[in-house]
Amino acid sequence: MNSSEWLQTILFFIILLSLTKPIGIFMAHVYQGERTFLSPVLVPFERLIYRICGVRTEEDMDWKRYATSMLFFNLMLFGALFVMLLTQHLLPLNPQNIPAFPWQQALNTAVSFTTNTNWQSYSGEQSVSYFTQMTGIAVHNFVSAATGMAIVIALIRGFVGRKTSIIGNFWVDMTRGTLYILLPFSMIAAIFLVSQGVIQNFNAYKTVPLVQMTASHREVTIPMGPVASQEAIKELGTNGGGFFNANSAHPFENPTPLSNFVEMLLILLIPAGLTHTFGLMVGNPRQGWGLLAAMLFLLLSAFGTLQWAESNGNPLVAKMGVSGVNMEGKDVRFGLAGSSLFTVSTTGTSCGAVNTMHDSLTPIGGMIPLSLILTGEVVFGGVGSGLYTMLAFSIIAVFVSGLMIGRTPEYLGKKIEVREMWISILVILTAGVSVLVLSGIAMVTPSAIASMANPGAHGLSEILYAFASMSNNNGSAFAGLNANVNFYNLFGSAAMLLGRYVPAVAVLAMAGSLAEKKHTPPSLGTLPTDRAPFVVWLTLVIIIIGALTFFPALALGPIVEQLMMAGRA
Amino acid sequence: MSKHIKQPQSPFDSKLLMCALLDSLKKLDPRILWHNPVMFSVEIASIITLVTFALSLTGANTEPVWFTGTVSLWLWLTVIFATFAEALAEGRGKARAASLRESRTDVTAKQLANAEFNSAFTTVGASQLHKGDLILVEAGEIIAGDGDVVAGAAMVNESAVTGESAPVIRESGGDRSAVTGGTLVIANAIIVRITANPGETFLDRMIGLIEGAKRRKTPNELALEVLLIALTLVFLLVCANISPLSIYSVKAAGHGTPVSLTILVALFVCLAPTTIAALLPAIGIAGMDRLFQKNVIALSGRAVEAAGDVNVLLLDKTGTITYGSREAVSFVPVGGHNERELAEAALMASLADETPEGRSVVVLAKLKYSLIREILKDSEVVDFSAITRLSGINMEGTRYRKGASDSVVAFVKKSGAITIPSDLAGVVDKIARAGATPLVVSKDSEILGVINLKDIVKGGIQKRFLQLRSMGIKTVMITGDNPLTAAAIAAEAQVDDFLAQAKPEEKLRLIRDYQEAGYMVAMTGDGTNDAPALAQADVAVAMNTGTQPAREAANIIDLDSNPTKLLDIVEIGKQILMTRGNLTTFSISNDIAKYFAIIPAALLSIYPQLGVLNVMRLNSPHSAILSAVIFNAIIIPMLVPLALKGTKFRPMPAERLLIHNLLIYGVGGMVAPFVGIKIIDMCIGMLG
Repeated sequence: MNSSEWLQTILFFIILLSLTKPIGIFMAHVYQGERTFLSPVLVPFERLIYRICGVRTEEDMDWKRYATSMLFFNLMLFGALFVMLLTQHLLPLNPQNIPAFPWQQALNTAVSFTTNTNWQSYSGEQSVSYFTQMTGIAVHNFVSAATGMAIVIALIRGFVGRKTSIIGNFWVDMTRGTLYILLPFSMIAAIFLVSQGVIQNFNAYKTVPLVQMTASHREVTIPMGPVASQEAIKELGTNGGGFFNANSAHPFENPTPLSNFVEMLLILLIPAGLTHTFGLMVGNPRQGWGLLAAMLFLLLSAFGTLQWAESNGNPLVAKMGVSGVNMEGKDVRFGLAGSSLFTVSTTGTSCGAVNTMHDSLTPIGGMIPLSLILTGEVVFGGVGSGLYTMLAFSIIAVFVSGLMIGRTPEYLGKKIEVREMWISILVILTAGVSVLVLSGIAMVTPSAIASMANPGAHGLSEILYAFASMSNNNGSAFAGLNANVNFYNLFGSAAMLLGRYVPAVAVLAMAGSLAEKKHTPPSLGTLPTDRAPFVVWLTLVIIIIGALTFFPALALGPIVEQLMMAGRA
Repeated sequence: MSKHIKQPQSPFDSKLLMCALLDSLKKLDPRILWHNPVMFSVEIASIITLVTFALSLTGANTEPVWFTGTVSLWLWLTVIFATFAEALAEGRGKARAASLRESRTDVTAKQLANAEFNSAFTTVGASQLHKGDLILVEAGEIIAGDGDVVAGAAMVNESAVTGESAPVIRESGGDRSAVTGGTLVIANAIIVRITANPGETFLDRMIGLIEGAKRRKTPNELALEVLLIALTLVFLLVCANISPLSIYSVKAAGHGTPVSLTILVALFVCLAPTTIAALLPAIGIAGMDRLFQKNVIALSGRAVEAAGDVNVLLLDKTGTITYGSREAVSFVPVGGHNERELAEAALMASLADETPEGRSVVVLAKLKYSLIREILKDSEVVDFSAITRLSGINMEGTRYRKGASDSVVAFVKKSGAITIPSDLAGVVDKIARAGATPLVVSKDSEILGVINLKDIVKGGIQKRFLQLRSMGIKTVMITGDNPLTAAAIAAEAQVDDFLAQAKPEEKLRLIRDYQEAGYMVAMTGDGTNDAPALAQADVAVAMNTGTQPAREAANIIDLDSNPTKLLDIVEIGKQILMTRGNLTTFSISNDIAKYFAIIPAALLSIYPQLGVLNVMRLNSPHSAILSAVIFNAIIIPMLVPLALKGTKFRPMPAERLLIHNLLIYGVGGMVAPFVGIKIIDMCIGMLG
């Protein structure tokens, strides 16, 4: 890395870490119903929303009611988007007269945005009208993120609760998360992005003459649209569904190194802040810092490995006399470090926005985003979902280490028993099981293999990545795989639904079960979970579970591809 | 008979080994093995390899016969080692249960209509006795069932149950009224009210527990099993996933063969947490067995594991922290009375007091002033009670009392005293501050002075408490003493807290308060007035010499009636959990090396490049896979001694303990199979 890359990276983490605490405090205030600096402006709006929707704010929900509300709300949203995709040719704001989606793709897309996955088997500029982008996809970007955050807040209330069945009110949590956190932040971010050159209009696509004309190509069509408003929440809500097919590599989505810097920050901001919110709400900020440390360690290791793999370049290219870092699929605007950092940020969280072609990374380099997704999206993770998956890992880590010190394991004063084990295992393994099963089916299904752009080990990586991305609700694509076929649209929808709602409902069940337990005060015999030894152990548990589950598949994909590449060089 | 209990057989006694071997084969029955789902899946895997072996015999499977045959053999051995470990752990218990059963051979009982020694009896079999029946037991007879002595007193030999052959006194009333079926009355006769129906007696329950027949999985065990089953399922899917991936890779690479069923099954068994799953039942059984060797009967595994979680320990001062009996060392007169006067009154007040303290007063009076008195016929004995907290005698029209200062003061005031000697408070205070017990003596409405009863703290107890503190366990001393005395002893013994002048309801409240604050509370008790508190405590240890209500309220019974046992119980509870945790970590850590052995071997024909992952430089793919399978199998019997003995317990703070165990079982678990598999591979290489 050159000095400016070092500077950018160091500055990035300094800013991220210094924002963690204020954002964390702010979110804790919001979800605990305390006054914030935005209250004077937003309280009237909040009340209005409750009045219009008939929300009884004083109603406390147990976990079943909370989960039913969440599922009902998500089902409504899914239905709305599904219908909208099927009827967008009849709806306004469609200057390009874009036709309706076929039902399989509409299903996949509606599931994808409802589950905060944002896997796209279409390209935005060709398939989606402005109306659908703004009132469908952008709205889902807000509410699917707010859903994830509400679930983790409910789980935190479970840890805090003492012999109660109450874990909060879903409608209030949804409203507060959207109104106080997602909307204000994305407004500021959108305005900033516009200042960097991100477009925001309803114009028809422009056809302009090419600057460098060729015999066959004399002009080019440039898509337009309300991009900035969607771009901000796309990163902030770890959604990742691009307005354009090229996603954050498109100059209208991510024009400058500075916009790139801010977009990366937006991706990690809420997941990082939530760790502090968690620490504050459970009454020990160190608990949050401990989890953040584990996440940060994994992110930095991934970044370092990716950076190393890519700067080594491709030996086959080097043999042809072109030396240097592997720049295939990367944008010179962002450089190697700007691309690597974006790549690990977007795959460590369940964002899935891309500014780099992951398919063009070196095999080992490509294994990094793949592995980050396969570890269950806990390296900061999706908004809310990352933290609750991390807490499930913590419970597994606490369980084994608790036995090793001879005590019934307890985490944050709550005893970990059979129920918590079942739930934690569902949370961390559902996505992995889905990847194993579906990638296995794909490898022996001719229509699935036909979608591959590259045969051999690389093609295996492409399919593995696709199901990893969908099952873990990441949504980024390795690319190189034509996903708009029935196999991927339908199996993918199943993977996204399972990967989102099995853990989500399980987490709420755990919140209910934890809230009903009494609290055990810590003693010398209790394993402190806010100190280095536990954090190291937690990190090891995450790595070992991930490695044991996917080592054979990775050996047949990126690992053997790298070995073959090195062998041919 | 008692010898079986006092001197347990080695688990590796050849007779026990033979029995265990037979049992281990019986346990292969899928209907039994089903209760251990991980090993059940290994059994299915073994059956599958048996089929692939048969197919290679017929030539339908191209894999070499020796390979499929040996893999199958070692997978079967893996299952057998697991059932063997469990059988071995059960073996010792079974031998003991058999010896206990001998003492239950049908005895007859003399059933009475009412609780009078001279009433007529009918002879019935022990199995016909029910709750509430009255029986007469005379010298030389075996007590037919559990019960309470309602009349009389007798010397009873309880060695059948406790292993202790010195006879004990069992008498009606008080805290020594409980008798156990199967024990022998040596002298005198007693009338017993039966308190247990046939099949539910203490001995029956004990036999059931020791045999492991009624052993139910504890919550911790179930939670661990959930984790193990989940891991097993994931590894099943991992192996299933390899098959289509390798089929695709063969097409992509243009050569090689897809990974065979035999290899997939072998990989599955190696990855599944077989080591811990195989030893899991043995760990729990062996833990209960170790408790039994310490003469402690836990009525459930849950209670033992709860003991490992205890963070507040309520200990009776007497017998636990101090030597059971306090001794009178001096008489301190007050209010102008002389010492002889006081000694006389003290002697009178203690005449009927059979406690060691009472007797020591009699002894001291005799030593100092050669005083000897006897209880006259028409005198009225006033027994000590926890409410009045004084005792004494009414003899020849005079009322002698001794007891705690405030109780005696209250008593004399009620008897018409106008003044209380002004120097009493000072004397009482001085004795109490020194950690001794002041017993105030009164004669009618006059206070004569104070008996100085000295309490001696057991040697080395402070170190024990220090260990407990370092484990995060708070010790609370419970005593009927006044706060000053209690404070002095608490300070000397270095307990964290004390409850002075404890009445039964205060004990109960203390336990509830701690539990409300989220603590796990353990206590020991023996008296009937302890029963409510015992029932409330999470871990309740009753002394076998205690009353029937106390024994029924408890979930652990100490046959030696030694209150310090609680510390051993805590240790064993922790050991059981630690052994499970450590072996789980070990088992999962092993998988890393197994991947490095099997994955390159399995995929070598498709991608020769993967040979670099063969970091152990194993001879051939077949030998690599076989080595991993063999290692996976023989690690089970190698760890059986550890599972039976438990990992060593060291009192230290949780975090240090975790680091320590992670280094041994985590890092060790990663390294050991690399070495082990390499050695086995070299041996296979030498064989051919």
